[in-house]
Amino acid sequence: MPERITEHAPAEREFTVAQRSQGQLVLRRFLRHRLAVISLVVLLAVVLLAFVGGALWRYDVATLTGDYSQPPSWGHPFGTDAVGHDSFAQVMRGTQISIGIAVLVAVFSTLIGTIWGATAGYYRGALDTVMMRISDLILTLPLLAVAAVLGHNVGGSWWLIALVIAGLYWAYVSRVARGVVLSLREKEFIEAAKALGAGDARIIFRHLIPNALGSIIVNATVLVAIAILLETALSFLGVGVRPPDTSLGLLVSSAQTAVSTRPWLFYLPGLFIIVIALTINFIGDGLRDAFDPQQTKVRE
Amino acid sequence: MLAYAVRRVLVSMPILIAATFLVFVMVALSGDPLSELRTRNPPPPPRTFELEAQRLNLDEPLLTRYWGWLTGLFRGDFGPSTQSTLQIGPELFARFVVTFRLIALAMLVALVLAVIVGVISAVKQYSGTDYTFTFAGFLFLSMPSFWFAILLKEAGISFNNAVGSQVLFTIGDSSVFVEGGTWAQFTDILGHMILPTISLALLSFAAWSRFQRASMLEVLGSDYVRLARAKGLRQRKVMTRHALRTALIPLTTVTALDLGAIISGAVITEIVYQWRGAGSFLLESIDRNDVYAVSGWLLVAATFIILFNLAADLLYAVLDPRIRYA
Amino acid sequence: MTAAAGETVLEVDDLRVSFPTDDGVVQAVRGVSYRLGRGEVLGVVGESGSGKSVMSLAVIGLLPGSARISGSARCCGEELLGASDKQLSRVRGRRISMIFQDPMTSLNPVYSIGYQIAEAIRAHHDVGREAALEQAVELLDLVRIPNPRERLRSYPHELSGGMRQRVVIAIAMANRPDVIIADEPTTALDVTVQAQVLEALDTAQQQIGAAMVLITHDLGVIAGHADRVLVMYAGKLVEAGTADDVFYAPRMPYTLGLLGSLPRLDAKTERLTPIGGAPPSAVNMPPGCPFTPRCPLAQQVCEREEPAAEPTTSPDHLAACHFSEQLEGREPAELFGAGWRDDVVVPGAEQREEAR
Repeated sequence: MPERITEHAPAEREFTVAQRSQGQLVLRRFLRHRLAVISLVVLLAVVLLAFVGGALWRYDVATLTGDYSQPPSWGHPFGTDAVGHDSFAQVMRGTQISIGIAVLVAVFSTLIGTIWGATAGYYRGALDTVMMRISDLILTLPLLAVAAVLGHNVGGSWWLIALVIAGLYWAYVSRVARGVVLSLREKEFIEAAKALGAGDARIIFRHLIPNALGSIIVNATVLVAIAILLETALSFLGVGVRPPDTSLGLLVSSAQTAVSTRPWLFYLPGLFIIVIALTINFIGDGLRDAFDPQQTKVRE
Repeated sequence: MLAYAVRRVLVSMPILIAATFLVFVMVALSGDPLSELRTRNPPPPPRTFELEAQRLNLDEPLLTRYWGWLTGLFRGDFGPSTQSTLQIGPELFARFVVTFRLIALAMLVALVLAVIVGVISAVKQYSGTDYTFTFAGFLFLSMPSFWFAILLKEAGISFNNAVGSQVLFTIGDSSVFVEGGTWAQFTDILGHMILPTISLALLSFAAWSRFQRASMLEVLGSDYVRLARAKGLRQRKVMTRHALRTALIPLTTVTALDLGAIISGAVITEIVYQWRGAGSFLLESIDRNDVYAVSGWLLVAATFIILFNLAADLLYAVLDPRIRYA
Repeated sequence: MTAAAGETVLEVDDLRVSFPTDDGVVQAVRGVSYRLGRGEVLGVVGESGSGKSVMSLAVIGLLPGSARISGSARCCGEELLGASDKQLSRVRGRRISMIFQDPMTSLNPVYSIGYQIAEAIRAHHDVGREAALEQAVELLDLVRIPNPRERLRSYPHELSGGMRQRVVIAIAMANRPDVIIADEPTTALDVTVQAQVLEALDTAQQQIGAAMVLITHDLGVIAGHADRVLVMYAGKLVEAGTADDVFYAPRMPYTLGLLGSLPRLDAKTERLTPIGGAPPSAVNMPPGCPFTPRCPLAQQVCEREEPAAEPTTSPDHLAACHFSEQLEGREPAELFGAGWRDDVVVPGAEQREEAR
């Protein structure tokens, strides 16, 4: 008999790549997306600055400093407005409100939209038709116009604006969620689970939702960016957040006539909106790649 | 094909009617059309309130008012405005003509740019050009539309100052008085449209170019493009006949779905450039709690969105044989 | 059928293909050489990932730009590796045509069958649309599609998988090429349809007298179709010879293992004998014979030195194994049978069992 060497064959002769859990894989792929990682760091820095820095800052939003229309300086890093408010305090407060609205919108519309869309997609039939017609109803109207009507009349407090936006945006999410569930329910592993006698609840919670999670998370991330922009647009039109509260959109809006005279009032809050939205969009892109590597595999 | 179109129209009708109901109730319940009268000083006599309430049908129950409005629409009557001199129907028409002009041009510009940029990005994937386009796309996606519009407006003013004459118009949709004939009027309107069109187009362009890139990449990696090359077709022909032709199809759906967002964007753009378009009419009407005007506005917008989606669906069926015979 | 016997239509010499990836360089093909005579059918067998598809795509220049290719591939004397797209487009479809694995995705969904066949003809011949469509009818008839004239106006989604693959075969035949490369032409099809499509492919190939490279992981497809057979493992040729050589006198344990995993009606073996383990990762390939971890004959020399393909039973029957002479007269079950599997721990197999 020939000598057998397999027992002491070095391990690297076989699979050199160790098995990894799904979470580790996603994390590893996300970390490889350099722009997304940088964006995450920048976004965290901005959030920290707004919530911690804003709270520690020597001026409050309402403080009248006595310095009028000052350009940025050491005392007022973002300058002051014509009334004497410190712009840094204003921008920090605006950032807090804008992020608060965006997160609230993302959470609510994702929750409602996912449940709505997943239910419709899973059960199909008449229920699907009715539920999706309701979604269509909302999608048929220009979002901003309806939000403007509602926003005008519910008052300018930030969480009401968030509810208005979420109350309309879930319809978009439901569309996406339904699509994901429709494609998943045709997959073999769902059929296998059904064949094994799994109930609806088990299939939905153990199979459908975990597998749809990637799409849901990516969608929710991008939604944060969309909600920030939508809030600023509403505030700009005067039907969103209103004084005495403030938001980044409101700050830009009130500075629009001062672009050439007091440019810092216009550019700095605008820059904050762009940085927040841009970093979130990049993070979303990184997550998309991390959850769905097939999409990026196509190389020609 | 015709049957398909008819079926789609029939499906759309109930949605439109339900949408009008939703809108009417929402607007009617959320504001007081007499609020402007109440803030007057000195307060008008009670009789004025009564008469105004009667003129606006406020004395009727909500459902009756909705029914009256809906049936009135078929006679071309959009209902009474809070401003007694305002005819809602003709006003809506005049305002939306201005807005649709902007939307049509902006969409055209956005589509052409998006397809060109998306295809170049996909073909030169992971090149410097691709990264630049991608970054620019993300930047525009992340920019508040009004902020960009204001910026562009300022740039336009600086440009005019530098040139020393009014080349780019930054205020209004057309000049109040134009000398010369139709041609002068046409160029005047075009001059007013340049900056707003760019403002509005760039936002859709950003999203669509990303979409077109992804769609093109998918097609480029497909087996049938590989087979087309294996047949011996030259690269250019593979790109146009097989890749681009197929990769354009999904864009029709996306364009239609984004129409609502574009109308929203147009409202903002018009406000920034102070156009007397549909956008300012909507905001004025909201401010006056003008139930009939706001409902009429949303009805026109919703009809437009539904018709556009219908057209896109039909176009999709023309472009994709798999749908045509389904 | 072999009109000019001995004439070589495709000659591949020391072909190497590698892809840079995030985990390192993947060596997909590691020095493969073969010749294809006019009218000859060459079967290429191997597991998924053995580099057989990459090898054929490299020949007609359809690999993605990131691939690094070296060596030589000549068709009728013309060098193909490194040729310009213009040169290659004259070869593709005209001298060498390809049939891909999945007929469901190989045809463009938005063009009619007739258009897609006519397009192939018109890419190489200056004929009008009508004339090209006329030829398309003949081609469809050749691959035995019923009512060919009506079918011209059909779209791919209206045809079954088997019918679509016949259309792809018709496209491959359209310009009477010298070589047809069929990459797993029946793998995606139902078993019942496989034989019919193979038959259509056979008839068509013989009608136009083309040589064929038939790539498959299924020895059953090769048997009865191929004149010569190449066995590939981990990007390399491990055995080559006539169909009879390879099927009846294999000289490489892997080939023997492949034969053992094939169901046979003539032998009285009760069970199939699978090869344990899985092919090595193509990244950071260790030295030595890549089959070592799965090989029952493996000794220490196998781990150090990779054997070259050497002549065995005849000058044309090559095998890459240090112990090829030991295989004479051995049955698969003797080598890969229960005895060998039970007391030897195969790391790959163990891992996979756990995963279940």
